[in-house]
Amino acid sequence: MDNKQIHTIIGSRKNKSAVEKAAQGIFTLCAFIAVLAVASITVYMIINGAPALFKVGVKDILFETQWRPSAENASFGILWVILTSVIGTVLAVILGVPMGVFTAVFLAETAPKKMAAVVRPAVELLAGIPSVIYGLLGLMILNPFMYKLELAVFENSKSHQFTGGANLLSAVIVLAVMILPTVINISESAIRAVPDSLRAASLALGASHMQTIFKVVLPAAKSGIVTAVVLGVGRAIGEAMAITLVSGSSVNAPLPFNSVRFLTTAIVAEMGYASGLHRQVLFTIGLVLFAFIMLINISLTRILKKGENGNA
Amino acid sequence: MKMRKITALLCAVTMTLGLVACGSGTETESTTQTTETEASDADLTGTVSMAGSTSMEKLANATAESFMAKYPGVTVTAEFTGSSAGVEAVTAGSVDIGNASRALKDAEKEAGIVENIVAIDGIAVVVDPANTVVDLTKEQLISVYTGETKNWSELGGADAPIVVVGREASSGTRSAFEELLEIEDACVYASELDSTGAVIAKVAATPGAIGYVSLDAINETVVAVSLEGVAANAENIKAGNYFLSRPFVMATKGGISEQSEAVQAYFEYLASEEGKEVIAAVGLIIAD
Repeated sequence: MDNKQIHTIIGSRKNKSAVEKAAQGIFTLCAFIAVLAVASITVYMIINGAPALFKVGVKDILFETQWRPSAENASFGILWVILTSVIGTVLAVILGVPMGVFTAVFLAETAPKKMAAVVRPAVELLAGIPSVIYGLLGLMILNPFMYKLELAVFENSKSHQFTGGANLLSAVIVLAVMILPTVINISESAIRAVPDSLRAASLALGASHMQTIFKVVLPAAKSGIVTAVVLGVGRAIGEAMAITLVSGSSVNAPLPFNSVRFLTTAIVAEMGYASGLHRQVLFTIGLVLFAFIMLINISLTRILKKGENGNA
Repeated sequence: MKMRKITALLCAVTMTLGLVACGSGTETESTTQTTETEASDADLTGTVSMAGSTSMEKLANATAESFMAKYPGVTVTAEFTGSSAGVEAVTAGSVDIGNASRALKDAEKEAGIVENIVAIDGIAVVVDPANTVVDLTKEQLISVYTGETKNWSELGGADAPIVVVGREASSGTRSAFEELLEIEDACVYASELDSTGAVIAKVAATPGAIGYVSLDAINETVVAVSLEGVAANAENIKAGNYFLSRPFVMATKGGISEQSEAVQAYFEYLASEEGKEVIAAVGLIIAD
């Protein structure tokens, strides 16, 4: 028990500096574990994903549309898969971001306290729901509904292949709901960070509440909202579990009522039994996905830096 | 300080106890193992090498593992190179057993290769319970899966589109299905799902859906249609009337009795109750 006192009060300098150094060492070590993880993942993805690119040919993988991994003359074209991921994500963002930003405006600007007390916990809950639950709900509720819509739209079509509701649109809707919490939370803090003096000035000049929101507050919170969008894109493009249940998972052109396969679901769907070159190509798909995520992260850092400069 | 000492002491005691427990555990294990080995009279040593069908990978690995657990002295190795390559390898004598997921050809039999059917793989075609179509011909099935027939009314059912459900590329069930119908990589799927359970769930939930699964996976949520008037069940498959089935052959050069002791023991094991259980566990029908 007295040990401690000796340690802190008399504290031989040697002991003290040893503790300081040890603590510093531990912190540095912890920090480097994250760096190590990122570095090893990067190296691993490149080592495993790159060989197939050269074996099959960059053009034959990235710009061909035939995905027949187990045929005798196997072809590994993932163009449709890449386009599905891009288009699916873009559509989800187009659908989800306005909804998210308006919810954020509601929460930060116009909501009566009681309403906000209902909406905010709901948004937080939405963020915590596991993605597989979104997928299950999509499968049970959205797909049958989509099938009805599909039957109505293609009533007289002879060439359309019916998907039973598992299509790009279902996946987009699920993704749009999934990115809502990210978009809402970040946009809300961005809107709250807009100084009140701006609002006061706008109102004093005779602008209405809505004019103030759209012409002053939102432009001032622009960089934060863009961050929200980019993070939403990141979440959408990396999602696998939810959309594997609702998207049908056949490789097709990304049209709204087609059964489609995303970059993530392409890996999930076939990793189980894939072997040889097929397996390597799945790693290449992972590499493509990784490249997309990196791209998104880099642009995010750029935006954040710009925002800082703009504010300063 | 006192506290620390007590904790340390406690730790030490627990650890020692743990060690003792571990020690006695290992002893009991090794004793039981010896008795088992004695019981199955396997001071048997040797190797069993197999090569052949990729579709038989599950069967070969499962039986090899449980066989080696029973006969620790025997090593079973399996390569998966394709049915024809497997039969060629056994003909050339480079392996003991050639795995083929098809009946042997006459030319292969003439070369002295014996067809030992160890199991039968059966695939059922399932539709949702509300569907009025209960029988399909081979041609109808092919035209549905290649995308030529798109509406149930063309097959004598209600006017509803057909939703074609299947498994992902590299699934054994898919390759068997497509091989048996000779429509490899010509199928147009609306949904490619990555498990048998998912196919059943999708077919059960989607009006107008059709899918294929291993025969043993069928449950009451879906209806298995008969093919060419033959119901999908184990009896019909054993009798050879149901066309969506294929034998899993473990071919040997000469009869089983001419093989090494280890290989004979392996076939005996496959025919035993224990072996049959393993075969059934990988979703196959036991051949008579």
